[in-house]
Amino acid sequence: MIELDDVRKSFGALPVLKGITARVEKGEVVCVIGPSGSGKSTVLRCINGLESYDSGTIRVNGRRVDRSDRSIRAVRVQVSMVFQRFNLFPHRTALENVIEGPIYVKGEDRKEATERGRALLARVGLAGKETAHPPQLSGGQQQRVAIARALAMRPRVLLFDEPTSALDPERVAEVLRVMRALAEEGRTMLVVTHEMAFARDVAHRVVFLHEGRIEEDGPPEQVFSAPRSDRFRQFLARGE
Amino acid sequence: MDSFLADAREFVPILLQGVWLTILITVGSLVVSTALGLVWAMMRVSGVRALSFFAATFINVIRGIPIIVQLFYIYFVLPDFGLSLSAVQAGVLGLGLAYSAYQAENFRAAIEAIDKGQVEAARTIGMGWGLTMRRVLLPQAFRTALPPFGNVMIMMLKDSSQASTITVAELALQGKLIASATFKNTSVFTLVALMYLTLSLPLILIVRHFEKRAGRR
Repeated sequence: MIELDDVRKSFGALPVLKGITARVEKGEVVCVIGPSGSGKSTVLRCINGLESYDSGTIRVNGRRVDRSDRSIRAVRVQVSMVFQRFNLFPHRTALENVIEGPIYVKGEDRKEATERGRALLARVGLAGKETAHPPQLSGGQQQRVAIARALAMRPRVLLFDEPTSALDPERVAEVLRVMRALAEEGRTMLVVTHEMAFARDVAHRVVFLHEGRIEEDGPPEQVFSAPRSDRFRQFLARGE
Repeated sequence: MDSFLADAREFVPILLQGVWLTILITVGSLVVSTALGLVWAMMRVSGVRALSFFAATFINVIRGIPIIVQLFYIYFVLPDFGLSLSAVQAGVLGLGLAYSAYQAENFRAAIEAIDKGQVEAARTIGMGWGLTMRRVLLPQAFRTALPPFGNVMIMMLKDSSQASTITVAELALQGKLIASATFKNTSVFTLVALMYLTLSLPLILIVRHFEKRAGRR
């Protein structure tokens, strides 16, 4: 579904990705963990073309991701992203946020899109909040609207960029619960997160990134119980 | 006071003809400057170097030349190049162009003040530049741009008097003509000032309303 082959990128003189090679298969949930500055968000942002990469290839569903090409829009419709800071459209209601893409990008019928949008909001536990504007919602609610907005595009892959990092601790669980449900229905998800428990329980594979390199890549039970890299051991020791 | 009222009765109908032209020039140039200002602002934020450079240059040239000189240029110089406009057309065009520079900077600032995450969110749901502008950025920018936009309206109303220099008989010129014919300077110019104030007041109230609304966010 997603293939990265020796992807490299620098911000100016600073290399952030030093040759990333990885695959995400259909239906797989992959958690990317690592210290800040390790390049994990950058990987995600390269996959949907929010950032360019210098060399290597990224393919989504066999289609090459090229930020400077028109085809990037087709990629983005297939790959939805949930941001750390939600990035909801503050001038539109929760429901309008969700149906914006289906109606204006995909040209879906307004009535059908609205019906689906309501259903999606209900799925993330926000029935009754359709007409609320983002500033009237809590962080956890906003993030769930953002997830509904991502789902509304009927994406093949969901990217999550530290979806709970900007939330109050007591709001984290409600977002993780929604993500867990999505994982259980077999969606392809790539999740950058600091939530180790989530990675351990939900992910099929855990990828540990350090200074732009993949240091660890395997099923959580293996990665967490018998880490091969010292850096990952240090990272775990510091974090828990 | 009695003589002022008598003068008022006599002069107000004539001055009202000027008021009509003042409103026409103000509204006309407001439309022109808003439309052009939007165009310049879009060019500035387009990310296309040539467009941005062209708009920036235009804006700076316009800002560096007094409105009155721009009006003279359009009304007296353009005919030499085969483009003759009526005084009112020249006034609307001149004030519209002059103010488009200020409007552009106002719109641009409002667009650039929007969080970058908005553009990224729009991109991730597959929106292109045009759709992002229309559905995400402009609606948000308009709210920020409204209070300064209101101030521009007030300034334009007053600056419409500059069209008098190219023979548009708007309120100020109408007043000057009556005053020089009757020597009743006090009555005439007091009436003129009162009329401008009457026209401005609703605009001032609108701006206050905008600012209150913006402050509530």
